[in-house]
Amino acid sequence: MSFNLTVSPDFTPDHIAGWFIFNTWLQKAIGEGIHLELYNSFEAQRKDIDADKIDMIYANPYDASMLVREKGFLPVATPAGERDEAVIAVSAGSAYETIEDLKEGLRIATTDDPDVHVMGMIMIEPADLNKGNVEISYAPSYVIVAKHVIQGKADAGFFLKEAYDDLSGVIRKQLRELISSQIYVIRHMLLVGPRLQHKLDAIKQALHNMQQDPKGPGVLQALGFEGWEDVSQEDTEFMIDLMETLVD
Amino acid sequence: MAKQCPLPDMQPEDVKGAAYREYIQTFFDGTSRKILCTEIETPFPEGKLIVSRTDPEGIITHANQSFVYMSGWTEQELIGAPHYILRHPDMPILGFKGLWDTLAEGKKWHGYVKNLRKDGGYYWVYATVVANIRDGKLVGYTSVRRKPSRKQVLAHADVYAKLRAEE
Ligand SMILES: Cc1cc2nc3c(=O)[nH]c(=O)nc-3n(C[C@H](O)[C@H](O)[C@H](O)COP(=O)(O)O)c2cc1C
Repeated sequence: MSFNLTVSPDFTPDHIAGWFIFNTWLQKAIGEGIHLELYNSFEAQRKDIDADKIDMIYANPYDASMLVREKGFLPVATPAGERDEAVIAVSAGSAYETIEDLKEGLRIATTDDPDVHVMGMIMIEPADLNKGNVEISYAPSYVIVAKHVIQGKADAGFFLKEAYDDLSGVIRKQLRELISSQIYVIRHMLLVGPRLQHKLDAIKQALHNMQQDPKGPGVLQALGFEGWEDVSQEDTEFMIDLMETLVD
Repeated sequence: MAKQCPLPDMQPEDVKGAAYREYIQTFFDGTSRKILCTEIETPFPEGKLIVSRTDPEGIITHANQSFVYMSGWTEQELIGAPHYILRHPDMPILGFKGLWDTLAEGKKWHGYVKNLRKDGGYYWVYATVVANIRDGKLVGYTSVRRKPSRKQVLAHADVYAKLRAEE
């Protein structure tokens, strides 16, 4: 029997190869055949999750709730030191100086990345803005979000902080950060589904010892992670409870 | 003898600023405490969430850094204290009845809350409280507060003042 691994579609494109390298390494480490399936959109990925085709997922925190509480997934690990934070940026010359300056009818460029979108929407609430009185347009990537803001097609853009910091200097100079979240709790997690849970301990062990493995550091570098951090069931439940307070 | 409030009466030397109002606040457990409150508002920290957790009875079990900072108490003082440690005399009784009734129905609660600081000042939040269910059992509650809009704060201050006047 072969199992399916997938990755939240918001990973940076530079790390596609990294996930294939990781999958090859993991199969050897735990002695199971695993197929890596990547998706272009959250929607396509969710269809396969609903159809119970996924056994292991590097999950967006927004999806973790459904995966853990409805689909019986269990937490394995989280990338060391990484947190999901959101940035709202405007064009460098924009008249908006603070969140409270934002007005009804605001044109927002965002992606289908669900946790960043949720954090972005929360950060505009102090201006009495909500999905009923703003115009939201979805872009396929953060670079496109940036372009729409710079070209004046949108008044503000929502970014994953990491993606915002990774924008080229030329693009960044034409943007200005209005606000940046500091939530510290929300993060991506590797989760294992019911069919693969007989290997849960083996996977945890392998990731825990990855730095000491001869090939481990190279694989981590390809993923862009410093290492994996153990995550307990309760840490995961806490994050899910917190996410739950942020969604309607 | 009546049960002793786990929190001390506030003293003038605890209070920041010269002018304050004085109240005797009674809590759901029948205990009372003297509260001194000022008109000094602490602004909500930008981009942050104020998070706490309680056990099923409302005793604080966790407080994040922003919670500690905004409350004016130390983390040590907060853990194990009843959540009414933040109860501001300007909040109507009905507000918290709504909170506990909603949670008892197994639902999520949202509301605007004016909270009391240890130094007598206050801060406004938009709070959401959810039940923490583990293996089908209620083990506590999580409250996450975000920055409210000024318009909502003013509107709620008004409504709460009217409700207080009727109590
Ligand atoms: C998770 C949780 C968070 C709470 N947060 C607050 C708060 O921020 N401020 C507050 O005054 N009461 C809060 N309460 C409600 C208090 O427990 C308490 O009901 C309220 O302060 C009124 O006091 P009383 O119930 O003794 O009348 C919270 C309760 C729970 C369960």
